[in-house]
Amino acid sequence: MNPARKRQIRLVVALTAAVLLATALVYTSFNASSEAKSPSELLSGAVGDGTYEVYGKVVPGSIKRNGADMTFEIADRENPSVKLPVEYTGQVPDPFRDGREVIVTGRLVDGTLVAEKDRLITKCPSKFAAEAEEDPEHVIIDESLDGS
Amino acid sequence: MAGLGLACLIAALCAFGYAAVAAFHGARTGDRRWVDSSRRSIYAAAGLLSVCVVVVESAFARSDFSFELVALHSSTTTPTLYKLTALWGSQAGSLLLWAFVLSVAASAVLFATRHRHREVAPYATAVLGGLGVFFTGLMLFADGANPFAQLDPAPAEGNGLNPLLRHPAMAIHPPMLYSGYVLFSIPFAFAIGALITRRLDASWIRSTRRFALLAWIFLSIGIMLGARWSYSELGWGGYWGWDAVENASLMPWLTGTAFLHSIMVQERRGMLKVWNVSLIVGTFALCLLGTFLVRSGILESIHAFGESTVGTPLLILVAAVLIGSTALIVSRLDDLRSARRIESLASREAVFLVNNLLLVGLALVIWWGTFFPLISEALTGTRSSLAAPWFADYTTPLAILLVLFTGIGPLLAWRKISAGAALRIFAWPLGVTVAVAALLVAFTDAAGEPWALAMFCVAAFALTGLAQEFARGAAGLRALNGGSYVSALGRLMGRNRRRYGGYIVHAGIAILFIAVAASSSFQTSRDVRLMPGDTVEVEDYTITYAEPSADIDPEEQKLTFAARLDVERDGKSFSLSPSRNYYSGNTGDPSAGPIRSFFEGEATSEVGRREGASEDLWTAMQPDLEPLDPLIAAVDRRLLRRLPEIGPEGPTPEQIEQMREFANAQGDAIERLAALYVANPLPVTFRINVNPFVIWLWVGGLVAVAGALIAAWPAPAARRRRVSDVYAARLAKELGRA
Repeated sequence: MNPARKRQIRLVVALTAAVLLATALVYTSFNASSEAKSPSELLSGAVGDGTYEVYGKVVPGSIKRNGADMTFEIADRENPSVKLPVEYTGQVPDPFRDGREVIVTGRLVDGTLVAEKDRLITKCPSKFAAEAEEDPEHVIIDESLDGS
Repeated sequence: MAGLGLACLIAALCAFGYAAVAAFHGARTGDRRWVDSSRRSIYAAAGLLSVCVVVVESAFARSDFSFELVALHSSTTTPTLYKLTALWGSQAGSLLLWAFVLSVAASAVLFATRHRHREVAPYATAVLGGLGVFFTGLMLFADGANPFAQLDPAPAEGNGLNPLLRHPAMAIHPPMLYSGYVLFSIPFAFAIGALITRRLDASWIRSTRRFALLAWIFLSIGIMLGARWSYSELGWGGYWGWDAVENASLMPWLTGTAFLHSIMVQERRGMLKVWNVSLIVGTFALCLLGTFLVRSGILESIHAFGESTVGTPLLILVAAVLIGSTALIVSRLDDLRSARRIESLASREAVFLVNNLLLVGLALVIWWGTFFPLISEALTGTRSSLAAPWFADYTTPLAILLVLFTGIGPLLAWRKISAGAALRIFAWPLGVTVAVAALLVAFTDAAGEPWALAMFCVAAFALTGLAQEFARGAAGLRALNGGSYVSALGRLMGRNRRRYGGYIVHAGIAILFIAVAASSSFQTSRDVRLMPGDTVEVEDYTITYAEPSADIDPEEQKLTFAARLDVERDGKSFSLSPSRNYYSGNTGDPSAGPIRSFFEGEATSEVGRREGASEDLWTAMQPDLEPLDPLIAAVDRRLLRRLPEIGPEGPTPEQIEQMREFANAQGDAIERLAALYVANPLPVTFRINVNPFVIWLWVGGLVAVAGALIAAWPAPAARRRRVSDVYAARLAKELGRA
């Protein structure tokens, strides 16, 4: 085989491998990714059995602990009467409590969102968050606390 | 003071601008006077920006809250070290750091090359000057990016530094990363200069190689510190979470590593020119993207410290760099064609190319995963994100191949290797690998984790190959001029720092990957909820929650709840004390009272941990404070009643006295809360991990950085000739071997 032909074959093989890998990448990423959903969207049944990132508010009084496990309900932001029960294990963010906005990642099993370990995010207005940074008021409140 | 700083910043902008224009004009006309003055103008910018940094840092040190930057990111209660490092906790401060490091690095490279590269350097100066204009311009003209912005009247107290960032690793992690990012601009600028002038031999690489290596070292240290911080300060138990910003620092590290390898092929064999310029352009674009990701808040991340105002301009710069450089490379394709081709797949350059493809492949996979939320939103309209398992699925096999080829590369000769030579040189590494595999399967449960087993094997292969290279080199030197084995090893390193330093880096990386494979495949993690006196068994450890404790740090306004864990294993016992720190803060949530606010903001974990050569026992704790909620609410209501209503004309002296009393009462309440926590213990959720081999991650990282420092260390001028003689001798030897 002459060298030019050999190089051509190598190029074709390399390109084919690259295209195959890229296809696999695209395919698996859409399969493995978790889409953002609201509790109503999830409960309306129009979803597959993949994992979803569910946005909602913790229903007051619904948090129950059982050892290191926890169950609670999250309500739809737009439609608060829709409530989705959640089973969760893992780290609980400090600001997590009744009425907080949370994002839970998990899959739907018999109408319950079974969360993946550690996939609970609690949204919280913090003094270090963006809005606080731009609001010099906070600095002034601090000043009054110190009384200096 | 702020006036001085602002004046210096404006002057630095002008100096960068003048440097860019003068360098470009000088390059066009060939008038050396313009070029010389542009270089001096960069020196001037470095001086001016140094003054800016000193002004801002002294404002931080004095807690001068008339500086908006200081008021927002520091406070009188912030410990002194963190006052100074608060500079890079902010957008304006990190831009200043970027520009400052850029000016210093640019000055260094232009000084070092002032008598060389008469054609390339002026264009590089123009590129660096342009970058300087961009970053100083951002500080001056973008909203909220000016480090000298003033508050009038100056508040008496500042916001303080985000408690998560009050950690020694975090104090130096950002400047390390930034320095890494910025230093890659030096080879980038020279690559652009080389492209424009069509001087596309390896000379631009030789002059900037050390800067690329330095950038690599800084990035490596930055990444390792970030991992260390995550492991010891975040309560989830890992060192790497495939977070968007972690990924952002890893991508240029990967492409930068590829660049450091492929330039060797260009230096030695004059090949891969297009690849090299593309790699450095890509690496620099990824560095800018890294800066952009931290500062934009476009992807949700623990690092996204809020929306930023500089995201769009940074993205425009990334686009400009990519489009401009691509156009330039395409227009120079004829000049970039190399005379030689890869002769054999069994040659060092072929393996370098494969390793490059693997590194770039890794970077591409990570890029895709990191930006997938944006990609999926653009394609399907809904934002989806990818989690750690997806990243692991792709990076694991790629990393194994990478370590395998890391092992093969140094054993092969340039051009090609004969079958007989290959047999000789691969015999030991292959033998050891087979032995290691057999031992692991026979005596451990590694066989149950095929990926981890594969990684152990390729790492054993790579390490044996490296050991063999050192042994062969030292034996050769001893045969030549005698002496002991150790002194021969020392001389070997001294004579070819670049090569043997590189090998040490490889050894470090192999060790690091062993640690990664072991700790991710064989970790035991348990979440348990315990009351004092309760005992739990995790692996061979018997762990008893002995007692709670609480501590108040009035300086930092920090409340700490801690636990003492008594651990017993094989008759030996020791104690760990994980703790959780809560910081007083205004949460922006009006329902959060003076006590409640402690538990609403950023709490930090102090991990209780015992590190050992074979495994770490790692514990984090989180008390369940829910039972205290009604009490806290009641105390808050009572406290808030004592807070006076302050009219628009400001507090009266009487009200100031009332506020002082309020602050005292708040302090008393916190103290009572702490006492209550100890007296009436609450259930605590502990995360107890047994993480095998994690210590080798840090060891491997340190070894790699040490190796890179050896490779980067300049050879004394007198020795350079001798070193090149050694090169020639080695080349002759390798040609003979082929």
